[in-house]
Amino acid sequence: MTLVTDPTRAGGHRAWGRPGTTPFLDVDALLADRDLHIVICCGSGGVGKTSASAALAVRAAEQGRRVVVLTIDPARRLAQSLGIEQLDNTPRPVAGIDTSAGGSLEAMMLDMKRTFDDVVLAHASPEKAEQILGNPFYQALSTSFSGTQEYMAMEKLGQLSAELGLDRGAGRRARWDLIVVDTPPSRSALDFLDAPEHLSSLLDGRLLRLLLNPSRGPLRFMSAGLAVVTSAMSRVLGAQVLTDVQTFVAAFETLFGGFRQRAEATLANLASPHTTFLVVATPERDALREATFFVERLADEGLPLAGVVVNRLHGSAVALSAERAWALAEDLPEDGLEALALRAHATRMHLVERNQEAVRRFCATVPGLALTTVPALPGDVTALDDLRTLGELLAAHDG
Amino acid sequence: MPEPLHTLHVVSGKGGTGKTTVAGALAMALATEGRRVLLCEVEGRQGLAELFGVPPLEGDEERRLVRTPEGGEVRGLSINARDALMEYLATFYRLGLAGRALDKFGVYDFATSIAPGLRDVLLTGKVYEAVRRRTRGRPHSYDAVVLDAPPTGRIAPFLNVHEAVAGLARVGPIHSQADSIMQVLRSGRTVVHLVTLLQDMPVTETLEAVEELGPTGIAVGAVVCNMVTPTPLTPEALAALPAEPRLDVPGLDDPEDAALAAEFADELAALREEHACYQRLVPAGRPLVELPHDPAGIDRASLLALARALREQLPEEVA
Repeated sequence: MTLVTDPTRAGGHRAWGRPGTTPFLDVDALLADRDLHIVICCGSGGVGKTSASAALAVRAAEQGRRVVVLTIDPARRLAQSLGIEQLDNTPRPVAGIDTSAGGSLEAMMLDMKRTFDDVVLAHASPEKAEQILGNPFYQALSTSFSGTQEYMAMEKLGQLSAELGLDRGAGRRARWDLIVVDTPPSRSALDFLDAPEHLSSLLDGRLLRLLLNPSRGPLRFMSAGLAVVTSAMSRVLGAQVLTDVQTFVAAFETLFGGFRQRAEATLANLASPHTTFLVVATPERDALREATFFVERLADEGLPLAGVVVNRLHGSAVALSAERAWALAEDLPEDGLEALALRAHATRMHLVERNQEAVRRFCATVPGLALTTVPALPGDVTALDDLRTLGELLAAHDG
Repeated sequence: MPEPLHTLHVVSGKGGTGKTTVAGALAMALATEGRRVLLCEVEGRQGLAELFGVPPLEGDEERRLVRTPEGGEVRGLSINARDALMEYLATFYRLGLAGRALDKFGVYDFATSIAPGLRDVLLTGKVYEAVRRRTRGRPHSYDAVVLDAPPTGRIAPFLNVHEAVAGLARVGPIHSQADSIMQVLRSGRTVVHLVTLLQDMPVTETLEAVEELGPTGIAVGAVVCNMVTPTPLTPEALAALPAEPRLDVPGLDDPEDAALAAEFADELAALREEHACYQRLVPAGRPLVELPHDPAGIDRASLLALARALREQLPEEVA
């Protein structure tokens, strides 16, 4: 289903729910800031992060920015409209973008395993790389470890931002001047910040250091313990498994120290004035509670936050309260069209009020934080025009 | 007291479809008079504690989450791969000092994080243990076990522990453990329910999961359509209504009538979309359950209502 193109019809005057004391998050002003080069959309699962980041990217491109959008797991039809059905880890130009303002849009979908393979290929000798890529432990790590997707999203962001050429001065026109990032779907919004650290601490762990260098360094006195550990491991897992672990560890040696450093460097880069975060939420208690945690966490990490997008706020263009709709319906034949429409409207108005109350309570917990609201749209966001509509609604002043 | 049809109910679904809520409601529905049901989660997110509004489930405690009005009880367990590994080792090996050394050197963290398939075998292994556990005076400690499982994208590999450990061990203790787990999963005692929303993506993923589970030999039970928009209209009545209805409400002027009609047309379009999604699920041949959306959010009262709806719509499974 395509969306209505007139935003006022989609939401109407009752769609806006930003309390008067909460500053407006001006998305257009944000996109117009030429010193801003990275926008990261985060939030808990199922709030519309992917559509919101794609919509921002389309809007920025049509306003003259040269944009690349990194998506994680877009719905199939959305991926089709962006022309990234193939998961090939390479940014591809998006067809149908209005480039008259001098902008452009490329999109890519993160291929977690391939990104990891590329890291290995770039940092290990060809012979070692081959050993690593064929090792069952590496294959499990690169495909199913719970932090790998987050880590690789950071890695890819690092690669893309290197191509921005921020450190090369203004001499050369870079391929992009804005990167929009969609973060991996996770139940907890904080995973994105925690997982890279989790992965690197795992790979820097004592076990691995011990297996690598049992007879050197401060761990020397523990080498008696190594015999106990290896014999216990081979009893439980079998000798073949132990050999696999040792091959994995030995081949991975050159990469180890780098992991924590790379994760830290990427996080440090995010603290720069060129980057900003947007927290996306829906007007429900749970999603907004996650959003509060995320706002606090970004502040703890010293990461810049532009504001909060409250997506899918229910609204109505009909100036009729729930109570009046109920009263009118009572006087009409029960299964007539009019009564059905009035009762449906009354239910909607209750939802509208609940949404607005949830947003009011959220705003009270994060005073001074900028916010924009986006009305709930009928149907899925799939076509480029849907993304334009969503972008317009994101930027529309809801006062 | 009759036994439930299945003793292990695995609940999966696309992220955001409310599978934890449905798993909780199903556990409550199964906990009829005198029955004891264990509800497990495996991702360590404390979704169960949050759902039932109780303090986090720590370690291996199986704490009561709720006593049902019918006189049964639901207990909760948050399974963690590291604890399951330590328990497994303590049960089958006398490691003693070596066990502590393994912990000190981070072997448990390493093994449960990246050893291929090991994590899944440990998690399903703990569920398997709970299913088979006996207490004095009853054939089984639990009359039923409900597992709040990983999302549909990961469910087939998660349950197919045989395949999962193939890269890790072809013989040996872990392999035979995987064999026994697989036997229970493929037996008539186990069933996988899939939770979906009546929307394009979740329905597509559900149909894919049904296909993927086929070759594993693990039975698919019901498809639960969650958060369905409540409406007094039957599908036939809905089909008979015009796409752009004209309204004439006494007391409203023409622009108000038009605005209301436009909004009503959107509502009808959304209901038709939902119905079309429902129709796509029919050919899968699984029992379809519809749980209405509760705009007030999920609390004990709405969980009970969902449990009642499950009991009504799945009488054989749940009664």
